[in-house]
Amino acid sequence: MVSPAPLPPAEVDSGARLVLAEHLLACESAVASARAVVEWLARRHGAPAACVGPAEGASASTCLASEGLTGAQQAALARAWDAHGSPLAASRTRPGARWLAADAVEGAAMPGGFLAVPLGRSGASAAALLVVGLPGPAVPEDVAWVAACAGPLLARQLAGDARAPRRPEPDRLLRRVINAVSDPVLLTDTEGTLLFANARAEALLVAGPDSSPGRTRAVELNQRLFRETLTQGGTSVHRREVPLVDPLEGMDLLFELITTPVLAPDGPSVVVSVLRNLTDLGRATQALGESYRQLRATEREARSERHRLDRVLDSVADPIILTDPTGGMVMMNDPAERLFAWPHEEGPASEGPAGEAMLRRVRSNDALFASFLANLLGPENAGVSRWKSQLTLDDPATGAPVPMEAMANKVQGDGGELTGIVTVFHDRTEVLERARLLERVKEVSSELEARVQSATAELAEQNEKLRRQAIQLEQASAAKSQFLANMSHEFRTPLNAILGYTNMLLQGVSGEMTPPQRRNLTRIDSNGRHLLEVINEILDITRIEAGRMPLHLSDFGIPELLQEVMAEMDPIIARSKLSVDTRLDEGLPGVWSDRQKVKQIVLNLLSNALKFTHEGGVQVMAEYQNATGTVAISVKDTGIGIDVSNQEKIFEDFQQVDSSPTRAYGGTGLGLSICRRLAEMIGGRVSLQSAPGQGSTFTLHFPRRARRT
Amino acid sequence: MTNTPEKQKPLVLVVDDYQDAREMYAEYLEFSGFRVAEAKNGQEALDKAFELTPDVILMDLSLPVMDGWEATRRLKGDERTKGIPVVALTGHALKGHSEDANEAGCDAYVTKPCLPDALVDQVKKMIARREAASRR
Repeated sequence: MVSPAPLPPAEVDSGARLVLAEHLLACESAVASARAVVEWLARRHGAPAACVGPAEGASASTCLASEGLTGAQQAALARAWDAHGSPLAASRTRPGARWLAADAVEGAAMPGGFLAVPLGRSGASAAALLVVGLPGPAVPEDVAWVAACAGPLLARQLAGDARAPRRPEPDRLLRRVINAVSDPVLLTDTEGTLLFANARAEALLVAGPDSSPGRTRAVELNQRLFRETLTQGGTSVHRREVPLVDPLEGMDLLFELITTPVLAPDGPSVVVSVLRNLTDLGRATQALGESYRQLRATEREARSERHRLDRVLDSVADPIILTDPTGGMVMMNDPAERLFAWPHEEGPASEGPAGEAMLRRVRSNDALFASFLANLLGPENAGVSRWKSQLTLDDPATGAPVPMEAMANKVQGDGGELTGIVTVFHDRTEVLERARLLERVKEVSSELEARVQSATAELAEQNEKLRRQAIQLEQASAAKSQFLANMSHEFRTPLNAILGYTNMLLQGVSGEMTPPQRRNLTRIDSNGRHLLEVINEILDITRIEAGRMPLHLSDFGIPELLQEVMAEMDPIIARSKLSVDTRLDEGLPGVWSDRQKVKQIVLNLLSNALKFTHEGGVQVMAEYQNATGTVAISVKDTGIGIDVSNQEKIFEDFQQVDSSPTRAYGGTGLGLSICRRLAEMIGGRVSLQSAPGQGSTFTLHFPRRARRT
Repeated sequence: MTNTPEKQKPLVLVVDDYQDAREMYAEYLEFSGFRVAEAKNGQEALDKAFELTPDVILMDLSLPVMDGWEATRRLKGDERTKGIPVVALTGHALKGHSEDANEAGCDAYVTKPCLPDALVDQVKKMIARREAASRR
């Protein structure tokens, strides 16, 4: 055992020697004492040292202890000690230290030479030889002291050793081998008294005489513990644990003690103990236990987290599925279970055809899901991180189709590797229903639109029909006008001849006629003229309707015009035997209008009055209304009068109050209609005041100054 | 008038496709002291006019073969006949016949039915106007 640092020299002489002396006192064998001495010297002088003495149970001497010498040097020294005549052998009998040159002993050459100090009782031959490698012949004080102190002890011990039964001691090689073992190896008697310890065991269980008090106490504690453990287990092969203390560090160590009783061939039974350091193992076990505990705690925590997560996920209405990178289900929430999990928990109800159907739907859902996931699985989809699709699943319970939108997201670990896929489903039933309703609304709206369009089209068609009818009407009207014009011409041609010949006869072109002949001819003439008037009236209406009645405006006076009318009507007035008079306002202004038309209107009104009046008279009045700038010419009669309900009707074409086949008054029914149209042409109107039996008053109102249209 | 020598009596060409009317006017014109020639249509009227060079022509407008307007236009376009007064006679009162007749070169316009005495007055007026013009 080499102490790590040499003690300071001041204390050496007193302290170190005391320690060695104590140690030597404790030494029970010559070998131990020799060892203590050699080690102490070697440490003190930094020089190799050895102690050679008689070997136990052997005739030849051996190197009891050495430091810094090779095996060959030790052997050479032992041989030289035993050989008679050698410089060393001489030391057996001659006391005092002797300095030998480096090459004095063959095979044990020491650089610089060495001191040979015989050890033994004074006066007796040396029992052992102390060899110290030193450069000069001077004998250090330490060496002298050691020789004086240890010599007698060693001699006594060597003598004692020879008397006592020899204890087995492994040979040196074996001892080296055992020293090399990394585990502490000990040889003890059955009570635990240490016989031999290898270096490792020494570190634990042996304290040198110069050890610190701490170390010594630790070693003592270790020895006690070791001994207790050893004796507890008996001497059979045994394994048990023994707690020891690291004397250097003060740490607790745990060893497994394996003891094997060995019966030495020539001595008492001894026990071989091997200690195996379990401290690390124990620590490891402890750490493992701790880790395991932590793991359990973590697991519990994780489980509770998981339960919490499960509850959270279950509370989500949308199905959620977590799958591993191969597509295997890892976890799903309740809504997902209802769609994708086997209905095992349904109990007996799941048996039978209903259960079969459910199972089939679940399988079909699973298959759909798997094919959906395939879009994210596999190395060819490494670049895709999420996938969205529409799936139509079946409700396992009812078989109703459930339109779903599935969104799968890859879950990546810290290194970017795929650790799982989370798929969230969203029920699209409501969305689709809303879309369907919207579609329906659109349909209805477009139907409505179509109806509106068709109604519009119908309307357009009817408008077109009306337009065509209007055109046809116009054409018919034109045709009617043309027909009336042609008819008028066809009437006029023979009428021209009739009137012409009648006129000629009345003029006496064919000679004088008798009065009855003349009277008859006059009637022919009169009827011919009447016929001509009717034709003219029809022609007038036609001309007005066709817009072929031109307006000829001129300045004229009302009195002259009425005078002319009276003159023309004179024959008829004379024949009617009615009193006809005119009453004109004084200061009637001259007018600017179509004279011919005003005249024709007054003629018509007057002839009408004469026609429907049988007694009384007809009065023609004219006045100027300054406020409105209009002239009013009225024809008032005392005739049959007209009922209010018929007052408007009489102004229409071909309409008469009495149009029955038995009517009392003839006529085309065009007179008043022509009057009204002509009045309109000059910007005027014809009004009527009448009651049945009260007579009638027709009035022509027209502006004094016509506006050219 | 009745005493006027036969060759000095003015010659009136009466053009009308309606025989009764034509003969009626012819009879009354002769009765009133005129010589009368007759034509049934426009073409005949042209032939007679070139042959006889009448003093007045009474031209019905609606005629077969060639109508009165065309015949009048041709008469007025010819040196030999352009000085002869033409009095248009028509039973058509619908269209603006008077304007058309004036445009064709008619000197006067009479609407049927036209009593014989009224027509004779018109013819006399034409001859008087022509004589007055030739005297100037």
